[in-house]
Amino acid sequence: MKNKEKKNKFWGMTKADILLGLAFLLAGAFCFGGLIYLNQQPAGQLEVKVAGEIKAIYLLSEDQEVTLKELGENTFQIRDGVVEMVHADCPDQYCVHHRPISKNGESIICLPNQVVITIRGGEEPVVDGTTN
Amino acid sequence: MGLPTNQLALSGVLTALAAIFSYVEALIPFGFGVPGIKLGLANVVIVFALYSMGSGFALLISVVRILVVSSLFGSPAIALYSLAGALLSLAVMVPLRKTGKFSMIGVSMAGGVFHNIGQLVVAALVVETFQMLYYFPVLLIAGMVTGILIGVIVTRVSRTLEGKITVL
Repeated sequence: MKNKEKKNKFWGMTKADILLGLAFLLAGAFCFGGLIYLNQQPAGQLEVKVAGEIKAIYLLSEDQEVTLKELGENTFQIRDGVVEMVHADCPDQYCVHHRPISKNGESIICLPNQVVITIRGGEEPVVDGTTN
Repeated sequence: MGLPTNQLALSGVLTALAAIFSYVEALIPFGFGVPGIKLGLANVVIVFALYSMGSGFALLISVVRILVVSSLFGSPAIALYSLAGALLSLAVMVPLRKTGKFSMIGVSMAGGVFHNIGQLVVAALVVETFQMLYYFPVLLIAGMVTGILIGVIVTRVSRTLEGKITVL
């Protein structure tokens, strides 16, 4: 064995060992903190597509009302991480009657104006169950 | 490969020992209270082989052990997780050992941590759920603890065996 000379009472542990250990602990604590932070405040975004093209992205954490004038006029409101279509000049008004969305992957679609607003990376949808 | 007989014999014995450690560990639950965490006794053999025989032998013993254990008691899926963990762990331990700045315990600790990281990454890819990564801090600490324990065991074993077995 090469490390004969390192015989001491801590099984030959070196300064580098301790530093590496501290680095791991720090990385663990950092990740833990980061995950708790992410859990508290899902960094959700609202993706706005018109005719299949991404026109804008809004943060769910910022309350605002946006009026979109492209093929038609649509107004949606972001409040407390929930998005709702409040006004549209389309004939069927399906998007205005659509229930408010807040979970990742949910979207409100206004077909006549070709507007799709989708939540990305927000609150996870609730899964009924998993199995092995 | 033209291995000298003593190396061939020792790597055979170590592979068998690693395989039986995996089996024994499956029989006796070393519960840490968290699912998916185990001591990984077989890694005692791998770390020992890394120090006494070199990285090539450690890799060989590790891979053969996983193939043997997963074909006898497990499934190809288990082999995939084990291989990912074992290879990443060795990929970290070999260069750390080469620096000469770390003791067996430090090297083993890093090995334990990266073993878990390897498995977690494969799990996240297989399940295609990156929420799996939420488990990362837990597995990191668990890898440290098991790695240090294994490092202590290997240090003691190596000192006891010093001069009693001849390799190389």
